Amino acid sequence: MPSRAGDRTVPKGLVLPAGLDAESAEWVRALAGAGRRRDAALARLHELLVRIARGEAARRGPRLAITGPELDDLAYQAAADALVAVTGKLGQFRGESRFTTWAYKFVIFEVSAKIARHFWRHPAVPLDAEQWERLPARFGADPAHQAEWGDLFAALRRAVDTELTPRQREIFVAIVLNEVPLDTLVMHLGSSRNAIYKMLFDARRKIRAALAANGYLNHDPAGRS
Amino acid sequence: MNGWQALDRFLRTDPRDVGCGQAMEVLHVYAELVASGEPAEERYPGIAAHLHACGPCGEDFDGLLAAIRGETH
Repeated sequence: MPSRAGDRTVPKGLVLPAGLDAESAEWVRALAGAGRRRDAALARLHELLVRIARGEAARRGPRLAITGPELDDLAYQAAADALVAVTGKLGQFRGESRFTTWAYKFVIFEVSAKIARHFWRHPAVPLDAEQWERLPARFGADPAHQAEWGDLFAALRRAVDTELTPRQREIFVAIVLNEVPLDTLVMHLGSSRNAIYKMLFDARRKIRAALAANGYLNHDPAGRS
Repeated sequence: MNGWQALDRFLRTDPRDVGCGQAMEVLHVYAELVASGEPAEERYPGIAAHLHACGPCGEDFDGLLAAIRGETH
């Protein structure tokens, strides 16, 4: 709990969401208040956010080329930024979940953003490279059957070149061929996750339609269905 | 899953997919439903479709779920 039990003082002007559980209500009262009560709640929330950020960084760590103190720094930065976001948006908490779940969402997003920023600064491959030769392996095509995939992947490349807008093509190449993390591309292009996802979504739909129109998606070239 | 199936699955789009903005907006609500064993996919089919298709949002969802479960267990 963020403050001493039983203190139900409601800061002036604060309207608690209806149906809020007792612990969440206490978090909101304390964080919306002032003085030592708020300071204690902020310290407790920061402690929780650091714990969640470190756990999330450790969960993702094995798949990242970030380890040790660098990963720990990333977690602390994420927790600090999440604390600012949570306190700044406290008035937007509508009580649809427990307060802590809502707060954890911010720190998870911050961990994602910090990891994306790391890969933007240290890209594994140039963000604008075109590694078409990696395409079959990207989809796990068995090297023993790659010759059978030749037509399909040639058709896929044609669809990418002829059906997509330049922006859709750029995003498809970066994410699918070069395996640039979507959030890293968001930073590179100064865009949003939603906008990049929508462009990739439209690109996928167009490519699939083109492949289907040319008879490529109604059979498995390796003889499997 | 062979390469053909992986490509086919990647290219398939679900018209119910709500996109990242809406998914991120209610991720905490959805995660709590899942954590408590409620039929979250039935209640929010568009969110479920998005989380299946979007790597970054799916990763955030997994992280949030792990955080909730870590706190409750």
